Amino acid sequence: YTIIIYLSYPIYLSIMRGVLSSIMASGQQWVLVEMVQAFYEAPAYHLILEGILILWIIRLLFSKTYKLHETYKLTENEKEDLIEEWQPEPLVPTLSKDHPSLSYDIVTGSPSHKIIINGKECINFASFNFLGLLDNERVKQKALSSLKKYGVGTCGPRGFYGTFDVHLELESRLANFMQTEEAIIYSYGFATIASAIPAYSKRGDIIFVDEAACFSIQKGLQASRSFIKYFKHNDMKDLERLLKEQDLEDQKNPRKARVTRKFIVVEGLFINTADICPLPELVKLKYKYKVRIFLEESMSFGVLGEHGRGVTEHFGVNIDDIDLISANMENAVATVGGFCCGRSFVIDHQRLSGQGYCFSASLPPMLAAAAIEALNIMEEDPGNRSFFNDCLNVALCLCDRIPGLRLEGEPFAPALHLQLEKSSGSREADMKLLRSIIDYCLNRNVALTLARYLEKEERFLPTPSIRVVVTVQQTEEEIQKAVSCIVEAASVLLQ
Amino acid sequence: MTESSVNKLLNGDSCRRTSNGLKTSKNGFVKNHCLLQQPHKYRRPRDKQPHGSCEALYKKPFVESFEETPLMVAVLTYMGYGILTIFGYLRDFLRQWNIEKRHIARERDEQKDFVPLYQDFENFYNRNLYIRIRDNWNRPVCSVPGPKMDLIERSTPNYNWTFEYTGRVLKDVLNLGSYNYLGFAENKGPCADAAIEATQAYGVGVGSTRCEMGNLDIHEELEQLVARFLGVESSMAFGMGFATNSMNIPALTGKGCLILSDELNHASLVLGARLSSSTIRVFKHNNMQSLEKLLRDAIVHGQPRTHRPWKKILIVVEGIYSMEGSIVRLPEIIALKKHYKAYLYLDEAHSIGALGPNGKGVVDYFGLDPKDVDIMMGTFTKSFGAAGGYIGGKKELIDYLRCHSHSAVYATSMSPPVAQQIITSMKIIMGEDGTTLGADRLRQLHENTTYFRRKLHDMGLIIYGNEDSPVIPMMLYMPAKIGAFGRQMLKKNIGIVGVGFPATPIIESRARFCVSAAHTREMLNTVNISDSWQSKYVRRLKYINETLTYYK
Repeated sequence: YTIIIYLSYPIYLSIMRGVLSSIMASGQQWVLVEMVQAFYEAPAYHLILEGILILWIIRLLFSKTYKLHETYKLTENEKEDLIEEWQPEPLVPTLSKDHPSLSYDIVTGSPSHKIIINGKECINFASFNFLGLLDNERVKQKALSSLKKYGVGTCGPRGFYGTFDVHLELESRLANFMQTEEAIIYSYGFATIASAIPAYSKRGDIIFVDEAACFSIQKGLQASRSFIKYFKHNDMKDLERLLKEQDLEDQKNPRKARVTRKFIVVEGLFINTADICPLPELVKLKYKYKVRIFLEESMSFGVLGEHGRGVTEHFGVNIDDIDLISANMENAVATVGGFCCGRSFVIDHQRLSGQGYCFSASLPPMLAAAAIEALNIMEEDPGNRSFFNDCLNVALCLCDRIPGLRLEGEPFAPALHLQLEKSSGSREADMKLLRSIIDYCLNRNVALTLARYLEKEERFLPTPSIRVVVTVQQTEEEIQKAVSCIVEAASVLLQ
Repeated sequence: MTESSVNKLLNGDSCRRTSNGLKTSKNGFVKNHCLLQQPHKYRRPRDKQPHGSCEALYKKPFVESFEETPLMVAVLTYMGYGILTIFGYLRDFLRQWNIEKRHIARERDEQKDFVPLYQDFENFYNRNLYIRIRDNWNRPVCSVPGPKMDLIERSTPNYNWTFEYTGRVLKDVLNLGSYNYLGFAENKGPCADAAIEATQAYGVGVGSTRCEMGNLDIHEELEQLVARFLGVESSMAFGMGFATNSMNIPALTGKGCLILSDELNHASLVLGARLSSSTIRVFKHNNMQSLEKLLRDAIVHGQPRTHRPWKKILIVVEGIYSMEGSIVRLPEIIALKKHYKAYLYLDEAHSIGALGPNGKGVVDYFGLDPKDVDIMMGTFTKSFGAAGGYIGGKKELIDYLRCHSHSAVYATSMSPPVAQQIITSMKIIMGEDGTTLGADRLRQLHENTTYFRRKLHDMGLIIYGNEDSPVIPMMLYMPAKIGAFGRQMLKKNIGIVGVGFPATPIIESRARFCVSAAHTREMLNTVNISDSWQSKYVRRLKYINETLTYYK
């Protein structure tokens, strides 16, 4: 059939053209007589040609059609045999018994400054409890009073009687704290940026992402089904090269460019590398190439900047220049959930389009109340300068003296990575080696952790590392102890 | 459109059987309850009918009704949308020329020359339809979301563009909106006490992932309890119900796998399937013929283009569908799954706790073996009055998830007081606290469900779903009625949920009631739906009497 249509297409065209031209020739008033007259006036070869074409169409119409591929219909019995024969793979592959993440360390009691791991009390250098708010008495009391008023769960999504006055208060407090127009809260940190990205970026849009972006960003990108362009970690030249390429592309096809949204997605402090994004340069690129910036600040919120507003405050960048800031409340704020903030024009859209917001039960009020109290504490006593110095101090201690280990990240980052200076060549062996260092420290009451990744799922798998988390609660002696412990472990185990 | 949407909801034409000579009419009246009269188009020649006549699979009658949309109502509904659309365009025109004030937030001037963040037509529906009735959603609650709740009163000076709080509180609004099936949303009692203790002992946060430093003893305790409750080998709990689906399905299937998904599956399942990069095919809602056809075709033809056999096939269904109130035809699905060697992912978000003699969900309801379901998923948000989700199944499955679930590796673990709330409420349901309080709640929920469904039926309203489902959608059809009904009910101090397009088919806007064990007979009796706004579509008394026998 396609062939017939294909063949007859020019014929139709020529017929139409013939008829049309004759109509045109005969003037505005279209009369049958005039049309007939037009036929008379047409040159003979024209009529002959059309006659042949008409005959050709008739021939095509009555000729036998044939199929390019003959289909073989299976009989029911054959189908049954196929069904009988098919063996699916097992639902999950069998794991080796000594898979590194199969047996979790068990923490008894509160995972705060002092933590009991597998029955052993340690100083915690592993939980992201940067500001030590996890077991803060004020936060607990606020959570308890909320629990006594509202119970635990909300029993519904935000739309269906799951919006509590506490949520509204927390949203306005967050907006105030960050000095933005609006904030929106999610009930799970991971779902925050992963829902926010696909709320704006759709199929056909373009997202420029740093290679070191964390896993929840990667999932957001995947859910958005946009074109993803990775630039080298913190390499603004590489980003500009990609932007320029896109600019040229846009000039070729301006109509498409007018509806193609473009975004840059970066982390403030990268969780995987512990370094900071060059925000001022990104903002320059933003205006030069008209790309919007989404900033994920889970590591930097509450930590960087004089008031803890994160990377924007750290660099003195106008927060309105960033289109969307997202962060979780599970690190510095020490509860559960996450939030996005920015201008109302941007943020409000998520109330109907953020999947993790619309379709999920809302945050338990007691957790929201805890977050409000945590914000109160952060506002009353920013204390970020001293925390900043703490981090610097730890980094300084760590970077000098550990044989065989290398410190990665900005010195002021609260979660640093210790990598092997010389890799043994296999990732598995490296992980084992690092794990033995951690076990050594655990036995000496210092809790550290490996940075865990899904090795097959990560787009750019980070190098294996031990994560060292600095919190305000760690004293000078404890830090010294931890550092000497790591040094000892490294010198014993890395020879 | 009417016809097609009915076909979708009814389980194939074959179900339209009338009993006792009651004449089926095209417009308006129940075609029939689907009593498993599904003929087998694809009868397998050699087998001994693994699910034979379907009825044999069910231990009690499976009564589900989806009444056909009356033609007149359908026409009027479309007209309603037409009028709204015309007005929408008119008002957009007025706004464009600044005759009508624009309330919507606008792009800042510095970024006016950027590519617009939203396409204009995307927001047409929101701007001109949703905003007009949006006072029915996001009503702020300021008390426990129990059987009665307090709402903060809002007023709007500009037809719902912005809200102001009047400072007054609407006291004791009957809560028919929250998914508080077993009434565990409480601020007093054993659950709250236990949660208070947990808060004091642990604090509210965890600050790390399960894989790193966030695996608390309370999580381990919870998981062992959940496994025991479900009757499976092992289980794992996650901090968010939505994420349980969207972050675990990708760990289970990948390229070269096929996901067969019910057309009415929740957004989280759809997202999870999409993130897994498997091929997704959709079967008609609860329609076993459609599912079987897809299964057969998939196995016989293999993957598209390459024709390699599928690596594995995963059927994804929910226990109770929250918008239809229907219950999954689990016995038939298990029979199909066994015959075709597919795997089954069962999302019991709404059914766990709410169904079955022991509150153990659809598996319990049908009296089946939980081991026949490969992946038992559910949430703690609803019946347990907490938050989060779980996955239960064989030990190998859970071990694999502990190493490969996105949630275990990258997401902060569940808050300890929330975990404690689940532990305590689950123990009460199981009777492990030494009382019969759990059993009482289960019985009360079942009684309330039957009573309220029957009551609505008696009033002559069209309600959807299974007779045992505590989710009760009541058909309103016209979009404007969502607003009118919601407001009218609130005036009577009753809080209900209205649902419209895009959550439902375009002409099937509905109100949804969620019955709870905490509701008393008196509370339910206060719901009296007057006919002042013409919603009583079932008017044939004979039919009503007919159906009443089902409930007796």
